[in-house]
Parts: sequence; C-alpha cells; structure tokens
Amino acid sequence: MKKSIASLLLGTALAVTTAGAAFAQDKTVKIGALSDQSGLYADLGGPGSTLAAQMAVEDSGLTGKGWKIDIISGDHQNKPDIGTAIARQWFDVDKVDIIVDVPNSGVALAVNNVVKEKNGVYINSGAATSDLTNAQCSPNTVHWTYDTYMLAHTTGQALVKAGGDTWFFLTADYAFGAALERDTTAVITANGGKVVGGVKHPLNTPDFSSFLLQAQASKAKIIGLANAGGDTTNTIKQAAEFGIVKGGQKLAALLLFLTDVKAIGLETAQGLNFTETFYWDMNDKTRAFSKRFAEKMKNSAPPTMVQAGVYAGVRHYLKALEALGGNPHDGVKVVEKMKSMPTEDDLFGKGEIQPNGRTIHNAYLFEVKKPSESKGPWDFYKLVGTVPGEQAFTPLSESKCALLKK
Amino acid sequence: MQALYAQLLVGLINGSFYALLSLGLAVIFGMLNIINFAHGALYMMGAFVAYFLLNLGGINYWWALLLAPIIVGIFGMLLERTMLKFLTGLDHLYGLLLTFGIALIVQGVFQNYFGSSGLPYSIPDQLKGGLNLGFMFLPIYRAWVVVFSLFVCIATWFLIEKTRLGAYLRAATENPTLVRAFGINVPRMITLTYGLGVGLAALAGVLSAPINQVRPLMGADLIIVVFAVVVIGGMGSIMGSIITGFALGVIEGLTKYFYPEASNTVVFVLMVLVLLVKPTGLTGRAA
Repeated sequence: MKKSIASLLLGTALAVTTAGAAFAQDKTVKIGALSDQSGLYADLGGPGSTLAAQMAVEDSGLTGKGWKIDIISGDHQNKPDIGTAIARQWFDVDKVDIIVDVPNSGVALAVNNVVKEKNGVYINSGAATSDLTNAQCSPNTVHWTYDTYMLAHTTGQALVKAGGDTWFFLTADYAFGAALERDTTAVITANGGKVVGGVKHPLNTPDFSSFLLQAQASKAKIIGLANAGGDTTNTIKQAAEFGIVKGGQKLAALLLFLTDVKAIGLETAQGLNFTETFYWDMNDKTRAFSKRFAEKMKNSAPPTMVQAGVYAGVRHYLKALEALGGNPHDGVKVVEKMKSMPTEDDLFGKGEIQPNGRTIHNAYLFEVKKPSESKGPWDFYKLVGTVPGEQAFTPLSESKCALLKK
Repeated sequence: MQALYAQLLVGLINGSFYALLSLGLAVIFGMLNIINFAHGALYMMGAFVAYFLLNLGGINYWWALLLAPIIVGIFGMLLERTMLKFLTGLDHLYGLLLTFGIALIVQGVFQNYFGSSGLPYSIPDQLKGGLNLGFMFLPIYRAWVVVFSLFVCIATWFLIEKTRLGAYLRAATENPTLVRAFGINVPRMITLTYGLGVGLAALAGVLSAPINQVRPLMGADLIIVVFAVVVIGGMGSIMGSIITGFALGVIEGLTKYFYPEASNTVVFVLMVLVLLVKPTGLTGRAA
C-alpha cells in the first residue's frame, strides 16, 4: 500500500513536470486527420491520408528535437453533420490544433466554418470545391492539391480546344458536383462551346445506365463527369458497356484518381484524359517517397494526389511552426506564417500559398496507358502536358475572397 | 418517347437484381422466420468469389455462375449451423441484429483487405457488345441478366410452390413437430433452405460483378432498397417479391428519367404509401 502511494505521488510529480515543460516551450501539436475512412472516397484519402500525415511528422525531424506531435483520425462518413461534430469535439475536448484532408466538398465547407470559429488550422487536400479559397475563404484555411477551377481550366479547356464544343454533364448532386459543373461551364462558354444538358445524380449511385442513356440521346460531343471516386468508376465502366465512346462521344473524367484507374482497369480506362497535381512516377523523389509509403500501406498502393497533398501540407505546416518556435494554438497566426514562406517539398516541388489560402503548384495533364504500355501494377499514366500553377489556379484578380479586400 | 422505352428496359434490368435478392430474402424469411440482414454482404461475397475464381484460379464467368453460389451457400449453411439455429422460436429482432452484425463483420474484413474503390471484373467475351434496338443501344450482357434472372426466379418459385420438396418445406415452417413426426429431418431442411437463399444472393453478386465494381460495400448500398422491395411485396411472399422487384426497378428507372434527384428515395416513398394502404404489403397475408 505504501509503495503504491509513493509511486502514485511520483507519477503525479512527473506528470506535473512534463506538463510544465510542454507548457513552457509549447511544442505540443495535435493533428486530426478527418476523412472518409470507409465509404466511396476511403481509398483516395482515408487511412492513407493518416499515414501521409504520420510520415510528414517523422520526416520533419521535430520529434527528435523535443516536440510532441500526435495524430488522431476520424471518419466523417461523407456527412457534414458528422464531420462538424467530430471537428468540434477535436477542438473542444481533444485539443486538436490542425485538421487535415477532409475529402467531400459538402463536409469540407462545413468543417471550414468550425475551424474558423475555433481559430484552428485547416489544410484541406481532399475536397475539390474552389469555394474554399473563393467565396467562403477563411484566414485559417489552406487548400492544397487541387480544386474545381483547376480541373475545369486544365482538362475542360484542353477538351474544348480539341473540338469538344458541346457538353452534357453527369453531376454528383452535392456541393462538389455543383462547383465543378459551374466552373467547367464557365470555361466551356468562354471558349465558344455550349452545354446542351445534364443530370444531377445522388451521391454513391451504383447504376448509371439511365443517366448514360440520356447523355447518349443528347448527342453532345463530350460527356462531362462532374463526380468522383466510386461514382466516376461506375460511370466509366458502364459507359463502355453502352458503347458510348465507340459511338463517337468522348468521356471527360474531370476528376480521376490513381485508385479509380486501378478499380476500372486499364482495359476500360485506357485513353482517358484528366488532370492531377501529383503522380508517384514523376521523378526520383516522388518514386522514393511513394516506395516508402506503399511499403506501409496494407494493399501496397502508392499515394494518391490527395494523400500526397496531406503529406506536403503537414510538412509545410510543421516548417512554419518551427520557424515560429512553437505555439501552434493560434491558427490565424500559423497560417499567416505558412503563407509568408514559399512551399517546397519532394512531391509538389516549388510553390506558394496565396493570400486567399490557395496553394499554387504545377498541374499535369495525363492520359491513361494502354494495357500493353503498362509495366507494373501501378504504372498507369502518360504525361501529356504541364500547366504552370499560375495558369491552372484562380488568378487573384478573379478571386472573390474577402481576405483580399483588406 | 423512344427514350422512355429505353428507360423502361434499363429499369427492368435493375429490377432483375432487386428480384433475385428479394427472392432470397423472401425464401429465408418465409421458411426460417429470419430477417436476413447479412444478405447484402453475401451478395458482395458472391461477386468477390467470382473475382477470386477468375484471378487466382483462372476459372471463368460461366463456372463462377455455378461455383460462387455453391461456395457462398456453404458459407451460409455454416452460419446457420453455428449461429442462426439458436434463434429458432425467438423474436425476429434477434435474427435481425445477429445478421446485421455478421454483415458488418464480413464487410469490415473485406474492406480492410481490398479497400473501398473496388476491383475490376470484365464482361465475358461471349456477352460483349450490344444490339441496336432503334430506340437504344442494349448491351448484350444486360439482356442476358434479365433473361437469366427471370429464369432463376421462376425456377425457384416452381421449386417452392409446386414440388414435393417445396411442400415439405412449407409444411415444416407451419408445423415443424408434425413434419418431424413423418420422419423428415427438419433442421437439415432449414439449413438447406438458408443455403438456397444465400446462394441466390451470391448468384446476383456474380451477375452484377461485370456491371458494377466488385466492392466491399456493394451489398450495403443495395440492401436497404431490397428490404423495401420485400416489405412492399409482402414479407415472405415469393411471387410478391419477384414481381415487386421488377416493378420497382422500372419505377426507379422512370424516376431517374423524370426527376433524377429523387431516384434514391422513390422506393421508400412507395413503401410508405403501400404500408399506409395495406400494412401486409401488396401480396402478403395477415399473420
């Protein structure tokens, strides 16, 4: 009994001293990786995003310098109410400093408000809506990797210029689909094209045949897919079945991820054009990172651009924190520091964060390889063109972000 | 007008999946009194078994149509022997909870190993291509799905309603003690019936593999709709579930044409309407 009281006292004393030390230096950081862990976007973000955040922490070397950095993860199940509930709990109870990833634009925009309210840091990599750095921009938010404006101005523009001047949209019926259709329509009309019709389908639809028949009947040259993940793979697969491409219409997968191509298979996906800002097989640095990443993934998959964005975002965040010497709890201050430093990492190369929170880096137009051209299980893409960041993303002159009107 | 015909046909194709799945559910509910929430997971297993047969064993689609229902059916019979049989005589709720738990575990295991975005399974060479019907381009594979499902549905109905074996089964659910007194092994019949229902789910899974991605959650997405089909048709009614399955596919297809945003909910609206007017479902008898 005496012994246990002594150890209890000792333990308490130890806890007080370590807590005191942490407070003095304020080098305790808690990262929350909020993603779709089990639904249709789980493979492009999900557990892989948590792993990417962990690798960013390890590679930063800060833990060796006495920093204490923890990562927790959560599943928003593609529901904005669940996403915001987790975010609130993380800030209020778990004392999280930063939320990363958050695919699904509906959830992303909802979480954006919570992070602003709690003065945290929000590095979004998974969501596409350009509203995050436009109408709904926030001093606490950095939007990494990609957005709907960029997708529209790369894939969309390239296709219109190649003669695809009439479009029919298959659009996922939530914030992301609406944003992507809106931004792409702007590009199409600006380039002299026309949108002849479209359907809005519910998120996570297993059968697209009805919608594809309508697209076929519209006689549009391009069928624009303003959807993502499992919805896109099902659409492409079923479009092949209905002979859409053989009938002379072209599919525009405005957003396609590495894991989607894997799921469709090269046989069906070959020849598709689309845009990404990261591909594992770009250069020695991306290959080296991807190899390390794949070794830790259960299915040995290399990172998607969303997961790569989580890594790059967390790396930059930790660099900014180190430059500040600690104190991660004032989100606006940390994000300002992040914006003042140029971004540079092995995955996206050199770039910058604009005042509206948009990260600028190169975007790449890819084409899916033929099965005969593929040399390995994840060798899927051919590089068709590179679009410099300034051309790919919203010019500040066009941005409606309130932060720019200071 | 042409587009409307096309939508009707496409609806019929989806309806055939609903019919096959709800048929299995109706068989299991009618004979075992179990609300089999694991049905979606077993449907998914059917698709995965087809994928494994092809990619690990080089066994093609046609054999998978035969083998996958048998393999998954045996798995179902094991479930029945080891777990479900203890539920005999208990409230429906226990069966529902147990099978729901089984579904979550099975889906969780598959998701853990294969991710969520799915695996490709291509249409067998013999069924590739399509027919130009004038009003639409009909993929041959889809036509095959409708014809084959109809055949299976009618065969199952015939087996249960018109054969001696079916008569034993129906008698065994009405009065197991009496049937046992005639020297019939009732527990074995129950196990075989569950295996049959599960096999039907797996068969639907194989049929769907070339159209949809082979995904761990493919059954979870479908099962709620299928339950609505069974409820609308009348719990346990074999013919009711077949007819409602096809009919709802068509109604859903038409909704996708006229008001796509509502296509996920139209089935449930119908369910509410039917239950308001006839609580036992369209063809169900009062208990």
